[in-house]
Amino acid sequence: MTAWLIHFATALLGTCRDILPIAAIIIGFQLLVIRKPLAQPKKTLTGFIFVLLGIAFFLEGLEMALFPLGKLMAAQLTTPAFLGWQAGQSAPPWQAYGWVYVFAASIGFATTLAEPSLLAVALKAQQISGGSIHAWGLRIAVSLGVAFGIALGAFRIITGTELYYFIIVGYIIVLIQTLFSPKMIIGLAYDSGGVTTSTVTVPLVTALGLGLAETVPGRNPLVDGFGLIAFASLFPIIAVLGYAQIAQWLGQRSRKP
Amino acid sequence: MFKNRFVKQLFNSFLDLVPILAVVLVFQVLVIGQPIPDVARLITGTVFVVLGLTLFVLGLELSLFPLGEAMAHAFARKGSLFWLLTFAFCLGFGTTVAEPALIAIADEAARIAGKGGLIAANPEAQTSYALGLRISVALSVGFAILVGVLRIIRGWPLYYLIIGGYCGVMLITPFAPKEIIGIAYDSGGVTTSTITVPLVTALGVGLATAIKGRNPMIDGFGLIAFASLTPMIFVMAYGMLI
Repeated sequence: MTAWLIHFATALLGTCRDILPIAAIIIGFQLLVIRKPLAQPKKTLTGFIFVLLGIAFFLEGLEMALFPLGKLMAAQLTTPAFLGWQAGQSAPPWQAYGWVYVFAASIGFATTLAEPSLLAVALKAQQISGGSIHAWGLRIAVSLGVAFGIALGAFRIITGTELYYFIIVGYIIVLIQTLFSPKMIIGLAYDSGGVTTSTVTVPLVTALGLGLAETVPGRNPLVDGFGLIAFASLFPIIAVLGYAQIAQWLGQRSRKP
Repeated sequence: MFKNRFVKQLFNSFLDLVPILAVVLVFQVLVIGQPIPDVARLITGTVFVVLGLTLFVLGLELSLFPLGEAMAHAFARKGSLFWLLTFAFCLGFGTTVAEPALIAIADEAARIAGKGGLIAANPEAQTSYALGLRISVALSVGFAILVGVLRIIRGWPLYYLIIGGYCGVMLITPFAPKEIIGIAYDSGGVTTSTITVPLVTALGVGLATAIKGRNPMIDGFGLIAFASLTPMIFVMAYGMLI
């Protein structure tokens, strides 16, 4: 119990250290530039403590339960024994990795749904749009985008295709979609790309990428192991823009007689 | 009232976690065909995650959102562009330079650069390389938030910035060392932390609400997007220069 308490205290201290610069900047500007007291100092402080405790508990829980299991599974799913071939044999074709794609997609989907940053942006979007954007719908769209992105990223590592071909094609799709999307959604869609990958997704997805790059013959973990995160931040943009376009199209069609 | 919201939020947080649990359990038992190791730990950990997520969301609405918006309104009333931009830059730089995910990725990049012969393979060279990388990413995020805030004030369309950024990424990629590309692309995604995102989002939306003629939905978002784009360019540029 004491060992655990010490461990938790370290996690809490770590979180405090991470937000120290933020707190310093806010307090500094508040005192020196704005020169007005905070409107509700008590409420703000309580909220800040909630956020701190929340993040510490969240990280601690992930470390205890999900990360070890997720990383273990990522490693197990990419062992030659599980994939059913011997080390000496030539590399199996990319179709042989079926379960890896399914796992990549489902872990991408599930972790994104639990991502606190995405939750924050979705809440804000629902609030400002007056409810015409549902936090839940937005999060599902983003998660589907991440699921597809991670699965495609796994495919890229297995086949060893150059990363930037995919990224450039993805960018071109985003550019074309931007021209045809409702203006209102564009900023939100771009933002959802950046927020999908933080606390929950990054460690699990990185473990999957490095595991794959180590097992698949001819791949270098240093060169091929990275890049999954980039996929996970590109495809949600496409998914959210697509979601808005479909919603707009359905709306237009139902208005016509 | 407060108690009710806490319980409701607890339930919501639990729902958010169900998919992860389902994926992990289904794969472990059905696909890999092995029992779950240490069930008690799994349950305690899950309870912690649910509790943590709940506290985070409640704290978000109590402090980070109102704080970001209050500061945006205060700056808008003050009317000093210089101080607003300084604040934007400091916020971006300060939150990124200490970001743990970035520290991890910078160290990794330094190791790769050492192995690839880009820099001398001794610890001192690697430490300074990693530090340089961290500072260039932090500078790029500070710059991105600054330009993003300027965009909200001036009312430029967001996609000019994003398309410009994309073109920058595409142009610089062929010239960057091959080893750095994956890391550069990934560093865009990891720079935006759990505390920065709500604060920056509230700042953007607050500014777009406070300034006449701006629509919070169209103009308020986009700060995060630009902040995850510029690090890619800066990291590749850093890889080329060193």
